[in-house]
Amino acid sequence: MSTFRAIVFSSVVAGFIVGLVVTAAQQFGTVPLILKAEVYEKAAEHRHDAAIAPRVILVHDHAEQDHGAQAWEPRDGLERNLYTAGANILTAIGFALLLGGFLSLRSGATGERPSWHQGLMWGLAGFAVFTIAPGLGLPPELPGVPVAPLLSRQIWWVIAVSATAAGLGLIVFRRSMPAAIAGVVLIMLPHLIGAPELEHIETNVPSSLSHQFVVAVTVTSLIFWSLLGSLTSAAFAWFDRPASAVRG
Amino acid sequence: MSQAQITESQVTHLPVAGQVGRLAQSLMAMTLGLFIVGVVGFSHIDVIHNAAHDVRHSNAFPCH
Repeated sequence: MSTFRAIVFSSVVAGFIVGLVVTAAQQFGTVPLILKAEVYEKAAEHRHDAAIAPRVILVHDHAEQDHGAQAWEPRDGLERNLYTAGANILTAIGFALLLGGFLSLRSGATGERPSWHQGLMWGLAGFAVFTIAPGLGLPPELPGVPVAPLLSRQIWWVIAVSATAAGLGLIVFRRSMPAAIAGVVLIMLPHLIGAPELEHIETNVPSSLSHQFVVAVTVTSLIFWSLLGSLTSAAFAWFDRPASAVRG
Repeated sequence: MSQAQITESQVTHLPVAGQVGRLAQSLMAMTLGLFIVGVVGFSHIDVIHNAAHDVRHSNAFPCH
């Protein structure tokens, strides 16, 4: 089996399982908090609609559209949860393809098939890179909490993720003092620059709810990444087996 | 040329060719993965945003 096919097959298998498991975990963790926050968000929107229009933009990036033609969105309940499950599965497959690529490059370099435990380590690296690092500057946000413009946050998120990944790579694979120092500096850099934030935040979403959400996102994300790393690695070792056998 | 020599040359050259192919194929898979995550988690298209809304919030991807 070609390397690409082995990565894709293992990513689809791992992504399906992890996507479904995480969807179930989110039903207990993050989703109830999102639904609660939306009650506050809708209440605030109605109040602002009635009172001062310009403030609405702070509450909701898409406020202007909300007043005009409403874009399609899934109905609450089963339909919404099915789309959530689909998006979770796709996200898991996407990140598994990324992990699979790294696992394949490593096993190509060392000649060893990756174990589930090595995959777990890669998964934890993914947790650090994609959850912890961007989450320090941009903590998980509930709907209804005012935030800086979307594009600026997305750009900072990509910078934080790239710098952390590159920094960890330098520390883990270069194993020299200058590389380790450069790695640590690189990981710190996006946080020294600082994530985009609003000067004045006013929300009726309780801060205790926001705090619970940060914990729920971090814990479900830890489940996501540790499971995705282990499963992708185990599946990749299985699908990549004939190629390893030829290499001896 | 004996059979042994052919086998030897195959043994020395195949892994090298395999390595190059492995690099390209791994990078291709990683690019595809980033593209999928980008569309699901970062698209500004409203329909995609609304469908994946809860996942974006749950993954702490920047959302509205």
